[in-house]
Amino acid sequence: MIATRDAYGETLAELGAENDKIVALDADLSGSTKTGVFAKKFPERFFNCGIAEANMVGTAAGLAAVGKIPFLSTFAIFAAGRGWEQIRQSVAYPKANVKIVATHGGVTVGEDGGSHQSVEDVAIMRAIPNMTVIVPADGEETKAAIRAVAAYKGPVYVRLGRNKVPNVFPAGHTFEIGKGNQVVDGTDLTFITTGLMTAAAVTAAEKLKAEGISARVVHLGTIKPLDKELVLQAAEETGAIITAEEHSVVGGLGGAVAEFLAENCPTLMKRVGVYDRFGTSGKADELLKYFGLNAETLIEEAREILSRKK
Amino acid sequence: MKEKIAELEEKARRLRVAIVKTLHKSQSGHTGGSLSAIDMVCALYFHKMRHNPQDPAWDGRDRFVLSKGHAAPALYVTLAEAGYFPAEDLMMLRRLGSHLQGHPDSKGTPGVDVCTGSLGQGLSMANGMALGLKLEGKPNRVYAVLGDGELQEGQVWEAAMAAAHYKSDNLCALIDSNRLQIDGFVEKVMNVGDIAAKFRAFGWNVIEIDGHDMGAIVAALDAAESHKGAPTAIVAATVKGKGVHLFENKAAYHGVTPNDQELPEALKCLGCFD
Repeated sequence: MIATRDAYGETLAELGAENDKIVALDADLSGSTKTGVFAKKFPERFFNCGIAEANMVGTAAGLAAVGKIPFLSTFAIFAAGRGWEQIRQSVAYPKANVKIVATHGGVTVGEDGGSHQSVEDVAIMRAIPNMTVIVPADGEETKAAIRAVAAYKGPVYVRLGRNKVPNVFPAGHTFEIGKGNQVVDGTDLTFITTGLMTAAAVTAAEKLKAEGISARVVHLGTIKPLDKELVLQAAEETGAIITAEEHSVVGGLGGAVAEFLAENCPTLMKRVGVYDRFGTSGKADELLKYFGLNAETLIEEAREILSRKK
Repeated sequence: MKEKIAELEEKARRLRVAIVKTLHKSQSGHTGGSLSAIDMVCALYFHKMRHNPQDPAWDGRDRFVLSKGHAAPALYVTLAEAGYFPAEDLMMLRRLGSHLQGHPDSKGTPGVDVCTGSLGQGLSMANGMALGLKLEGKPNRVYAVLGDGELQEGQVWEAAMAAAHYKSDNLCALIDSNRLQIDGFVEKVMNVGDIAAKFRAFGWNVIEIDGHDMGAIVAALDAAESHKGAPTAIVAATVKGKGVHLFENKAAYHGVTPNDQELPEALKCLGCFD
């Protein structure tokens, strides 16, 4: 178990040693986002922008315009929220080579409460043209994704979490932007998941197996561009799709899959996520249960969707 | 030097003619703010900046950011005059399929390094460029032109704070203080107050000039370059619509172009009779 933000900090520092074009920016949260690991090793290539996210985004765009590869980090709510229009105008519109790696996404921010729990960031980043959106499942995927993001030329939004999450992928896992992974094979229905919900789906699939239900698990580490082939295959082969994400059901993974399938292969669907409401204070595991973001919910939804399938 | 100044003044006059003709043709775009900024843009491109129109991506170039992106016509006529692209392209300003977008777009226009248009963002980008160039140990400088109305955007002051914090002395901001914005006088819409004092308070080196006095512009740009340890703000008092009395000091000409009746008089004001 490792937090995706820790995997990021470690990998960014490694990349810094390999490529001196890599620079990092933060807005007074480098200890939490883990850009502090990079900052300690490469102080001259680290820019603390203070509590001023709009300027941080523009500064990153300027650094990219002179050939640097900037990674900018803060909490998801501030990166995507406060920086949205700057990201649109100064980063995405010119296709600037800026990497926005937002930590503390979703409700597992915990005790800080609804003000700090971003459940909209994937939706608003996904709506911007030229933007790539990545939500890794675990530490291993994060390490591989950060390397892929550094090698890719163009704007990327990566959403990471605060807490330790179970490993879904083995050490040495590789990541290709835009390609999902079939984690568990199955024929009755498919869980299409992202972020920490993939581990929950794997657990759910194992438990459903005991009931004689064969659930497939498809992890989409990239929300945009969508791995259409993998989604279409799951819809055609299993005929029932349950999406799950630690995010609003509006505009995120569930939205992306629903949009695509509605036009290309209308399929029985259920979106598991946060139903158009704000977060609240609590412990991370309590909140996951409170919002129904766990294996138990997925099992119930699987039974429910199969009853509709017949 | 006197000859050089006269040469730049003549160049600026021709650029004003090009702005008027371009905007008359496009019948869409920002007249007043282009005419107020053009003397400074002219001095930058034909006196101060190291750049190569034959190689727009030349590594040794200084960088320019038109933060008040709506003054794009001022930038476009200057780039065309310098030879970045044919002058005929100007006649396609704002047309579907043209590389000359309503606001500067680095994806299509040779010589444009960043996208601007949404106000308040250019100084952040300029400072990012300045930081990157310094990191590489390069001597190149970065220039950003901002409007005075634009200073109402909070991000400008975030950037002002950051540029002073990082001692970006390779950065120079030019404030085109024409005192007007869309809804009227800046002072009335939302008073930005003493601009020079504000930049000084943020730790900048500040030079106040008449933004239409070519000698003063050149002297200020030279002084900015030699100032070490802090970025420089050149606060330039300008006249919106400068050079054409029909447009001067009129908020109405912020986003209005010369019509057929105004064109001959406008060109006459600029000593153009063809």
